[in-house]
Amino acid sequence: MLEPILDSGSGRDAIGLGQARGQGLDVRHGTVLTLEDISVSFDGFKALNALNLYIGVGELRCIIGPNGAGKTTLMDVITGKTRPTTGKAWFGDTLDLTRMSEVQIAQAGIGRKFQKPTVFEALSVYENLELAQKADKSVLASLVARLNGEQRDRIDEVLHTIRLTTSAQRQAGLLSHGQKQFLEIGMLLMQDPQLLLLDEPVAGMTDAETAFTAELFKGLAGKHSLMVVEHDMGFVGSIADHVTVLHQGSVLAEGSLEQVQADDRVIEVYLGR
Amino acid sequence: MNQPLLVTATQKAGPRWTLAVGAAALLVLLALPLLSLLPDGHGLQVSAYTLTLVGKILCYAIVALALDLVWGYAGLLSLGHGLFFALGGYAMGMYLMREAAGDGLPAFMTFLSWSELPWYWAGTQHFAWALCLVVLAPGLLALVFGFFAFRSRIKGVYFSIMTQALTFAGMLLFFRNETGFGGNNGFTHFRSILGFEITAQSTRAVLFLLTVALLVASLYLGWRLARSKFGRVLTALRDAENRLMFCGYDPRGFKLFVWVLSAVLCGLAGALYVPQVGIINPSEMSPTNSIEAAVWVALGGRGTLIGPLLGAGLVNGMKSWFTVAFPEYWLFCLGALFILVTLYLPKGVVGLLKKRGEQ
Repeated sequence: MLEPILDSGSGRDAIGLGQARGQGLDVRHGTVLTLEDISVSFDGFKALNALNLYIGVGELRCIIGPNGAGKTTLMDVITGKTRPTTGKAWFGDTLDLTRMSEVQIAQAGIGRKFQKPTVFEALSVYENLELAQKADKSVLASLVARLNGEQRDRIDEVLHTIRLTTSAQRQAGLLSHGQKQFLEIGMLLMQDPQLLLLDEPVAGMTDAETAFTAELFKGLAGKHSLMVVEHDMGFVGSIADHVTVLHQGSVLAEGSLEQVQADDRVIEVYLGR
Repeated sequence: MNQPLLVTATQKAGPRWTLAVGAAALLVLLALPLLSLLPDGHGLQVSAYTLTLVGKILCYAIVALALDLVWGYAGLLSLGHGLFFALGGYAMGMYLMREAAGDGLPAFMTFLSWSELPWYWAGTQHFAWALCLVVLAPGLLALVFGFFAFRSRIKGVYFSIMTQALTFAGMLLFFRNETGFGGNNGFTHFRSILGFEITAQSTRAVLFLLTVALLVASLYLGWRLARSKFGRVLTALRDAENRLMFCGYDPRGFKLFVWVLSAVLCGLAGALYVPQVGIINPSEMSPTNSIEAAVWVALGGRGTLIGPLLGAGLVNGMKSWFTVAFPEYWLFCLGALFILVTLYLPKGVVGLLKKRGEQ
């Protein structure tokens, strides 16, 4: 009764839970995320319109596009918050995202960072990371859970990576905006997801923090796949090898930043003349 | 190294001081029933009235603690906890009525000229089954209600309104004579419990001690929960449910667990309340009672374990005095109290004490 209530036809084993994520996800075809012909309409308004997107294993992909292009809706579809009206969404080769709940998708290995930094404000930085850590997240397991040495080491390691070691015992609500952004990124790292979705990760960061974030993401690519939605073109230029431009719910152009910046249609709708 | 902020904070404020006050309070509570056994006219004798009053407040304190688990920790404001309390009370009341009626039917059924017991009264002459009902009735209702409410992601004020409606519906149902629970008179005129005379001083003393034991047990349970990862997940749920879901936790199971636990605690408190106070009727399910419980928690301090106990004690202490001194003004006073606490003491009395401690 208290176990996560799974949708019919997709039991725990069917979605590869209980296995280490890296091995659990079937990525034989080299794509971690496959979106085909995805459409989402809200009362007739098409937020996404026959969108196709493929993200390779270990790739760092940036998604850019003007306001209302469907970037956040795209993230909602991938994380199960919004169901597509039509189309297919696959995580790896076998997991059908359109039939999984948000929690199942998170457990299967997709992590998401929100546009507004969202951390557990009443808990300490350390506790935030503890909760995010990859572990059995059922009710019963949480009642008896204690951190072991390995888990503590992992938390310390991430604290070091996000430069919050000295603030470990501080209440997360007291952190600065930039620190909260890093904490949220740290929580994603603790989850150790296969695919990270990052919605405007450097919004409100200082230049130094932005530069540090760029280094961090470049270090993550390869081990993880990243999809970054960002407006800051300087930041996009510093991290992305591959950029996708969204416009009115579809992919307008794809390629390196130079390529898309040179694309006439892109200049017209987004970069402006 | 890694401890919840609450624990760290109390440690800084002086664990010895907290422990000393707690131990003193516990000693007083244990002494009260013993003093009540002293012969009449003895200078130190505690009257039956005082013992019943304090016992009643202790039952309320358990309700406050149970409510705080769902409101203070998980952020679910229930305005219907009186229903669970009353259900536990009614379950115990059924046993007491059977015990008082002997082999016959409870008196109110005779008045309705019923010739046999309704099916749901079956087995209530056994104390053990009544105890099961004390847990099962509120527990199952909470389970079913919680399952659908949390599945539909009902939260915030909508959740509060639904719990309020639930307890109101319960009250209307129990008001009907046909429901088989004594209508608006409820259950009263109990005689004995497990063969012991219910008004005897020694029975009262034992019931009182059981209430203290339940309170201490609930407090320990709450403390263990608050310190566990489960407690931290609840806090996280309260502050950022979406974040928690994307961390891979299913909030429904966590909410349901704490919700049912809280309902069962209320049921147990109700079961101890009825034999001490000697009456249970549908007014216990009235929405105002449940709102009052929320005031206790808010006044004492949400999200702390001691706060609700303080709140229940303070408000009920004031109520007993007020309803004797200025009976018609109590509700105004309660309302004013709620407004004052909301405006000036968002963290309740405990928050105020902590602030003092830090300065």
